Amino acid sequence: MEEAIEILQNGSYAKVLGGGHSLVPALKLRLNAPETLVDVTRIESLKGIAIEDGTLVIGAANTHHEIATSADVHNTLSFLAKGASAIGDVQVRNKGTIGGSIAHADPSADWPALLLAADASIVIQGADGTKTVAAQDFFTGFFSTILEESDIITQIRIPIPPEGTKSTYQKFVQPASRFAIVGCAAVKEPSGATRVAFAGVSDYAFRDEAVESASSSGASAEEAASKAAEGVSIMSDHYASEDYRKHLAKVYARRALVEVS
Amino acid sequence: MEIKISVNVNGKDYVREVEPRTLLVHFLRDTLRLTGTHIGCDTSSCGACTIHVDGIAVKSCTMLAVQADGSSITTIEGLAQGAELHPLQEGFKECHGLQCGFCTPGMIMTAADLLAKNPCPSESEIRHGLEGNFCRCTGYHNIVKAVQYAAEKMGNEVSA
Repeated sequence: MEEAIEILQNGSYAKVLGGGHSLVPALKLRLNAPETLVDVTRIESLKGIAIEDGTLVIGAANTHHEIATSADVHNTLSFLAKGASAIGDVQVRNKGTIGGSIAHADPSADWPALLLAADASIVIQGADGTKTVAAQDFFTGFFSTILEESDIITQIRIPIPPEGTKSTYQKFVQPASRFAIVGCAAVKEPSGATRVAFAGVSDYAFRDEAVESASSSGASAEEAASKAAEGVSIMSDHYASEDYRKHLAKVYARRALVEVS
Repeated sequence: MEIKISVNVNGKDYVREVEPRTLLVHFLRDTLRLTGTHIGCDTSSCGACTIHVDGIAVKSCTMLAVQADGSSITTIEGLAQGAELHPLQEGFKECHGLQCGFCTPGMIMTAADLLAKNPCPSESEIRHGLEGNFCRCTGYHNIVKAVQYAAEKMGNEVSA
């Protein structure tokens, strides 16, 4: 880790390489041209999945496949395993990492919404030591996060919710890329407290507070979902127009809320 | 600046100097002259370039050769045992699982990963497992039959 951070700090334009399934395509398109790549996937401390004192701890270099098939993830937060198994295709899941995905912060990626709904924290090691940041403070914009140039994500820490919590991830898939045109992650605790986060809808994944507060205070799935994706800027591309995405956000919010009710 | 890498490909060790920007698929095709692995879309969508790195299916167009340093790689050339085809290769032949054949190496390598994890997949599990591989001839039905053929044959071999 120390060596990796040192290289990232040494002045040349360097990027952290995880599984490479976002960065390598970006390099091919000349969207990015670092002088140095630092492959962190063989750093032992970034691997492993464990349960520590009521927290699920996922090393940043775990692949989507490793998370999708982890017994610890299945037994504690199975919607994360299901979400991981819906990323891309087998080959992508075999190489792509959770740390790489959230560092890249693609607005249509699944992990950011999953981690927002799970109320996860992200542990980052950099030049000034280690810090832990709530997922909600981590994503800051279109392909943007709070990460500094020499930062490496080391862990994702997710509090294991109280018994009886229900959670789901509902995804409308772009059939070629298998990214989310719209993805809705929802977690409802026995107290009624609900967290709802979207992928694919806006510039970056976000928690939808209007849906959350309606659902948390007892509104029906239909009623709470009708408030989805209001007051946010909505993406529009040749797969889905702004209106269609907004419509899908409400449909997928309803499906997710029905699932966790 | 070239970087020295050591890889084992289809049971044979290679030590080569590569440019850091070299993609694994180019290393296999252009340096080692193993041209059975195809480049289709070059954007990690089509799966034609699928190989196994340390036993798992990956798209070799989306991996740098330097990332494979120290790994064991299997390509389509490494599946047959001499003149004896791998059950998947036999299945694709018997079930007409290929038309133009361009996607076939990748299809077979992904199917081999699938059967290693799930020796008796259902039809829907096969279709789901091959989501990362495109056949532009749209010959998917026979590809699924070819995988079923291989699963049955490999299952019989195990139980025999």
